[in-house]
Amino acid sequence: MSNETLIIVSEFCAAHHIEVSFIESLSQHGLVNIETVNEQQAIPDAQLPSVEKMIRLHYDLDINLEGIETIFHLLERIETMQQEMHELRKKIGLYE
Amino acid sequence: MEFVDYYSILGVDKNATQEDIKKAYRKLARKHHPDVNPNDAAASKKFQQINEANEVLSDPEKRKKYDQYGKDWEHAEQFEKAGRGQQRQQPFGGGGQQFSAEDFGGGDFSDFFESLFGGRPHGQGRRTAKFRGQDYESELKIDLTDAYTTHKQTLTINGKNVRITIPAGIEDGQKIRLKGHGGEGVNGGPAGDLYITFSIVNNTPFKRMGNDLYLNQHIDLYTALLGGEITIDTLGGKLKLKVKPETQNGTKVRLKEKGFPIYKEEGKFGDLYVTMHVKLPTNLTEKQKELIKQLSELK
Repeated sequence: MSNETLIIVSEFCAAHHIEVSFIESLSQHGLVNIETVNEQQAIPDAQLPSVEKMIRLHYDLDINLEGIETIFHLLERIETMQQEMHELRKKIGLYE
Repeated sequence: MEFVDYYSILGVDKNATQEDIKKAYRKLARKHHPDVNPNDAAASKKFQQINEANEVLSDPEKRKKYDQYGKDWEHAEQFEKAGRGQQRQQPFGGGGQQFSAEDFGGGDFSDFFESLFGGRPHGQGRRTAKFRGQDYESELKIDLTDAYTTHKQTLTINGKNVRITIPAGIEDGQKIRLKGHGGEGVNGGPAGDLYITFSIVNNTPFKRMGNDLYLNQHIDLYTALLGGEITIDTLGGKLKLKVKPETQNGTKVRLKEKGFPIYKEEGKFGDLYVTMHVKLPTNLTEKQKELIKQLSELK
């Protein structure tokens, strides 16, 4: 079992000048996993890059949660395809 | 330095309302934002242009100045100073590039913007003015033998040397994030991150599956039949292995915790699986042939 660092949601929101309700909405949409530790809501630090990205998409580009969900789904597909391309390029490299 | 047509960048005409500009900006920003175009330098550049155009056209004062001078922006300084001449006398000279209408601070907007407006804006009080820089992706090839131990490596990123620690047990295709080593932020936004994907080159006889290693080991017929001891070279050094008498071809032996280090779990290793391949002798002498014949007749 690996140790994970948890970030308190209220502190994270204060640092980003956003409402806690936004993170809760992300959680309700299944876009972020909120854990409860000592009666405080927290998110694992491994999720920070994607949560920060969601904040930018919502607050900078006015994209609603459904849009964020769609974008993340497509970005995941792009990443999978890029990974496959990487693997295939490596395999081709073996025969060159 | 070229004139930059902010209206054409946003795809609006000169009579566009603030609402039209806002709409056009939003539409283009969504399309070219670095977060939705990972690893796309062209989109990042386009996004900066859109942002710059919006910075000017969404601000009535800047838009007025831009509209007033337009393609004659190079003479903006003279016009400005002539207008101010009665109030405050300033000597010309010093290269004539400092229009200093406002102190916006340094930035990465175009030279055209900086010449006309004196630098990039602060974007105070407007969240939209700040954007995080683009994330960069890079691949780093390392040998399997290097991935076996925790080691440090110096990388040159955007002209800067960055020393990173590569923990033992890193996987092929694994990605690590170097925070703040991506593209520069726009309008004072934070820099993006650099993601390094490791490509592990295996030039060893071992096959790696997760934390376990697999090795095909040849043993001679006599050791396979009578048993004995062989020495094998593992990534961690030489290892003595007992071979049981009557070992069959293809026998697999598991050597616990002699495999690959487990990522970020110090002192823990996977297993090493050794498959015995019995090598039959060749170029037998007459005496050997006779003895084997006798052996076969003993059955």
